[in-house]
Amino acid sequence: MSASDEAIIRVEQLTARYGDRLIFDGVDFQVRRGEVFVILGGSGSGKSTLLKHMIGLYRPAAGRIWIGDEDISSAEGEARQRILQRIGVMYQSGALFGSMTLRQNITLPLEEFTDLPPEARDWIASMKLGLVGLAGFEEYLPAEISGGMKKRAAIARAMALDPEILFLDEPSAGLDPITSAALDETILELSRSLGVTFVIVTHELPSIFRIADRVIMLDGERKRIAAIGSPAELRDGAEDAWVRAFFRREAVA
Amino acid sequence: MARPVSMETASDPDGRPVLRLQGRFDAAGAGAVWRDALRWARSRSGEAAGGERVLDGSGIEYCNGAGASLLLAVRDEVMRGGAALRFEGLSDATTRLVESLAPGEDTATSDRESGPGWVEGLGEATLELMADLRAQVAFVGEFAWMLGAAVLRPARVRWSDFFRVAHSAGIGALPIITLVGFLLGLILSFQSVIPMQRFGAEIFVADLLGLSMFRELGPLMTAILLTARSGSAFAAEIGTMKVNEEIDALTTMGLEPVRFLVVPRVLAVILVVPVLTLWMNLAGLVGGALVFRSLEYPLVTFVTRVADFAGVVDLVGGLGKSFVLGLIVAAVGCQRGLAAGSGSEAVGAATTSSVVSGIVLIALAEGVFAVIFYAMGW
Repeated sequence: MSASDEAIIRVEQLTARYGDRLIFDGVDFQVRRGEVFVILGGSGSGKSTLLKHMIGLYRPAAGRIWIGDEDISSAEGEARQRILQRIGVMYQSGALFGSMTLRQNITLPLEEFTDLPPEARDWIASMKLGLVGLAGFEEYLPAEISGGMKKRAAIARAMALDPEILFLDEPSAGLDPITSAALDETILELSRSLGVTFVIVTHELPSIFRIADRVIMLDGERKRIAAIGSPAELRDGAEDAWVRAFFRREAVA
Repeated sequence: MARPVSMETASDPDGRPVLRLQGRFDAAGAGAVWRDALRWARSRSGEAAGGERVLDGSGIEYCNGAGASLLLAVRDEVMRGGAALRFEGLSDATTRLVESLAPGEDTATSDRESGPGWVEGLGEATLELMADLRAQVAFVGEFAWMLGAAVLRPARVRWSDFFRVAHSAGIGALPIITLVGFLLGLILSFQSVIPMQRFGAEIFVADLLGLSMFRELGPLMTAILLTARSGSAFAAEIGTMKVNEEIDALTTMGLEPVRFLVVPRVLAVILVVPVLTLWMNLAGLVGGALVFRSLEYPLVTFVTRVADFAGVVDLVGGLGKSFVLGLIVAAVGCQRGLAAGSGSEAVGAATTSSVVSGIVLIALAEGVFAVIFYAMGW
């Protein structure tokens, strides 16, 4: 993996709330260009909330999120469009458009944001589907393929505009271990061959050890970051006994 | 068959109140004695005897989670009265079950309060209403902006969606529009013919029908049918997309949901609604003509009377009105869908609310039009 030291995402003093309920408070971290960065935490610790802030769906209560040198947390209009075209998102359910075939799902952003002729768009769609191992499924509707295939198709769609950063929300949730491992392979392959930066929300330990360069672990109790580092570092050297235990899959009393 | 459950109350030799439970304490058994057992727990009869009470469970044959909950509820109630409850004669399995179900010291209680008072409820409802209103105003603003943008740059409109919706909301609605229009004309004429015949004025039924269909009933009934058919469909369709994160996906792709989903739908509806209104008017006239023919008047009399009495102003005024009503119906349907919460229930709520608010807004708009038309002397 080709992680450099250059930060591609900088999260500064991010605070999130739902109404009166504080989710996390003053979170700071950076994601480096080209790395596979995993967001981890118990249920309710705010993993998905953090992700939704990073992709600009939620406005933070306080703090900033820089994608490159632009602030997605306050951008409006064209500046926001510009940032959004640098990122791709795979949602937990896939969120493919149900009335469109896989090809149409992928050509949609191409139609909207490029002047490519239709045959070029179709060609690109087929290539992206091939990249995630779905060559030949262009004319299928999302309802006609399996859950794992939907997630891969959703990654293909997220990559339609060749974004620099891909955000994946629980890619392995609801998948069997073999399909999940295949998906991990896809992620690693894309990371190596295209140099895409990945930000992934997951709590599948085997998957984290396979793919993650660095992990951030959220602490739902204390509303902050519990630990940040490579999976091996956290397993062996985290200050928090609870974090070490989590990585060794021990029950914590 | 297991013995039915029974409970009896007594006092032991030391004067402590005793509750004896017998039988099979599953959900059905616990439910059968739940209220009586808690009434015993609440009664203050045993307070003289040092505040201790006894629950004798030696007759319990079987106890599952529901039965254990009953035991715990009784103990809780007794302790709330300031007394203590001793379990006696419970089997080991039941004791273990009770212990594992008993809430521990550190059990976090939900910080969300259950059952707010009515003052709080009123406040919350008001805040919700205000938030809803604000969301609608914001929607109208964004929508108007996007509609303007669509007029300036037609290439940015999703015409494929436009044609699909125009087809389903337009051509698909023809049968029901025909049926309702025809019945409306038939019933209206028939009911007015009866009293008017007494004055020999049945010929004026044609005037009446023509005028009321063109000016009022045609646009109104078309709009109501459209709310029920298409407004609700938009709310359900967009609401489901919201639940499936598809709206989020559009947003993060940089495709504004209002431009992408709402504009083609609303444009399609405001295109088809005047046509549907015309069709409704025509179907109403056919219904009226049928009544007229049954009174042995020639058809030409009917046609001339309608044409003479209901002028172009009435027809065009009605069509203009239908245009605005269509805009309201389609926009409300889409807005409700976009405002849907999460979960399948939210889709149902969005659909219901799209129809209800649609009809309320139609009524409001009708009122406004009545005032305008009156003031203009049309």
